[in-house]
Amino acid sequence: MNPHRRSPWVVAASILVYFFLYAPIVILILYSFNASKTNIKFEGFITEYSDRVQMQGSAVVASPCGPFHWYCDLTKNSNVMGATKNTLTIAVVATIVATIIGTMAALALQRYDFKIKPFSQLALYIPIVIPEIVMGIGILSLFSQAFGWINDAFHLTGNARLALGIGTVTVSHIAFMIPFVTLVVQARLQGFDKSFEEAAMDLGANEWITFWRVTFPTILPGILSGALLAFTLSLDDFVITFFTNGPGSTTLPIYVYGLLRRIISPQVNALSTVWILIVFTAVMILQWIQSRESKTVKA
Amino acid sequence: MSSEFAVELRDVVKKFITPEGNELSAVDHVTMQIKNGEFFSMLGSSGCGKTTSLRMIAGFEWPTEGEVFIEGQPMGHIPPFQRKVNTVFQSYALFQHMTVAQNIGFGLEMEGVEKSEIKKRVGRALEMVQLTGMERRQPKQLSGGQQQRVAVARALVKTPSVLLLDEPLGALDLKLRKEMQLELKALQQQLGITFIYVTHDQEEALTMSDRIAVMSKGKVQQLATPVEIYERPTNKFVADFIGESNFLEGVIKEISKDEATVYVPVLNAELKGMPMSPDFVNGEEVAVSMRPEKIRIVEREADGDTLFKAKVLNSVYIGSDTHVYVDMQGARLKVMEQNRISRLDPSSFYSKEQMITLLFMPENTLILKKG
Repeated sequence: MNPHRRSPWVVAASILVYFFLYAPIVILILYSFNASKTNIKFEGFITEYSDRVQMQGSAVVASPCGPFHWYCDLTKNSNVMGATKNTLTIAVVATIVATIIGTMAALALQRYDFKIKPFSQLALYIPIVIPEIVMGIGILSLFSQAFGWINDAFHLTGNARLALGIGTVTVSHIAFMIPFVTLVVQARLQGFDKSFEEAAMDLGANEWITFWRVTFPTILPGILSGALLAFTLSLDDFVITFFTNGPGSTTLPIYVYGLLRRIISPQVNALSTVWILIVFTAVMILQWIQSRESKTVKA
Repeated sequence: MSSEFAVELRDVVKKFITPEGNELSAVDHVTMQIKNGEFFSMLGSSGCGKTTSLRMIAGFEWPTEGEVFIEGQPMGHIPPFQRKVNTVFQSYALFQHMTVAQNIGFGLEMEGVEKSEIKKRVGRALEMVQLTGMERRQPKQLSGGQQQRVAVARALVKTPSVLLLDEPLGALDLKLRKEMQLELKALQQQLGITFIYVTHDQEEALTMSDRIAVMSKGKVQQLATPVEIYERPTNKFVADFIGESNFLEGVIKEISKDEATVYVPVLNAELKGMPMSPDFVNGEEVAVSMRPEKIRIVEREADGDTLFKAKVLNSVYIGSDTHVYVDMQGARLKVMEQNRISRLDPSSFYSKEQMITLLFMPENTLILKKG
């Protein structure tokens, strides 16, 4: 018997795993083209729709966007556009800040020995394993307590009062992203030979030039991987954002949750589809960086 | 003070704290003077302090006690990028994101040398290590030997007064290593730069060096020329570490000038006329050292004076030589005999239990401190 023959059970199990992973996504995308407004079952691809303004005559007009009607609808929805802008702003700002801090933490943990190092390392892991809801409540309590004190102490009134908003969401995202960045960069640093830095210094480069000319380019793939991971985590974060957002800082996940409570419009599916594409692209880039990396390591 | 020494280590100590929290002297009161234009090797097994000593010269480590001088200047806490020495690393440490030319030019760029001048000097450096035309290659596209040459070129292009080499040939296969040994030696002689070479390979050190410091446990055991190290080791460690040695216990019976007569109990005989350094006293218990290749097997009757009877325990044919392990009245010795004559007849080799006669020549034996 051929020892390399695949067992049919393994094949079946694999198919089942992929089915459960991707079937919901396929359905979700399919329903984003649904002709049915209530979106309870699939009634074919949308080609025409009844315009609300002309409801009295119940006029049915052809969709100018073809089956992409719900996508076009999205772009006209100022709430969606606002939420998208918030989400991307928060994700970009938080990713940049968290990547810088996280990378610095990884470098410090790699090269310095200090008494509380084991504790610092452990303290980095904890936020990753703590239930997000606990983190969310914690951060909310911190903000409301701190803001209360500051507002009272400086007698801030009206718009000057510190309140939950896009700022608090960004800070919270930075906080939960740092451990992820640090872990990814640390993994990259593990294979980093200290003699590269020594060679640069030996050839006349001081610490600053050594970092930017040798260390940074070498660990850049790790930093980028960490940043992309953090970016995707920020994009679809719901729990922490839910606790820390305020008026005007609604992000896409929060907005979608709001929509769901009313009706499950195909708009939600269209939005989710766009979103999946963004995240999917980010993951593809990540994969590409990593595969390029492993190739250079092998060579 | 202009110095006759390129590098000097004066009573240098380097202590580390082990992960268990103990203090460890990796380098323990080492003093050595390395002359200008010398090919100097530090030889020892791992953990003997040779690499730590080299790293203190380069500036990657600072001495706990003592001082490192480069061209007569005390180095103190001067960082590596301000020292006129360059290093060839064991791992080569070529920058993977730069081309060969960028790697070699990096040091010149740091000095602020003009671009066109860098290009010229990189070209010359590549020529020197026979890699002309490889400028645009990535380090990972080169073979191990080529990478090693780039590492040498990158260090030498800065025209350092001293080149430090940390086991630079360790990763190469034997044949290439031998080629590179001769090439490096030729390069050193041609450039007249001081080379300080760290290795654990005694043959490498003997082949290339003008002088060798044999190190063990953070201390210099002997610092001398290759011939002196091999022929006149000053202690049992060096005699054992460099090449091979048979050791017999003995007691000094008589001293005259620089020769001694030693009674060897296991042979129940006195060995006369053995060369000896002056720091021994009559009646002292010593180790008598004999190199396996310096004991001869002769076809004569044993006379108990210089000729001794021995029983063959084992005989191993290794091509160029035959190693004969013998029992000589309870003492086990190794004797090496060159296979000067080509022969296939098995009966012409020594067989187990065969009795043979060994010739000890007093000038080929050494008296060393016991322990």
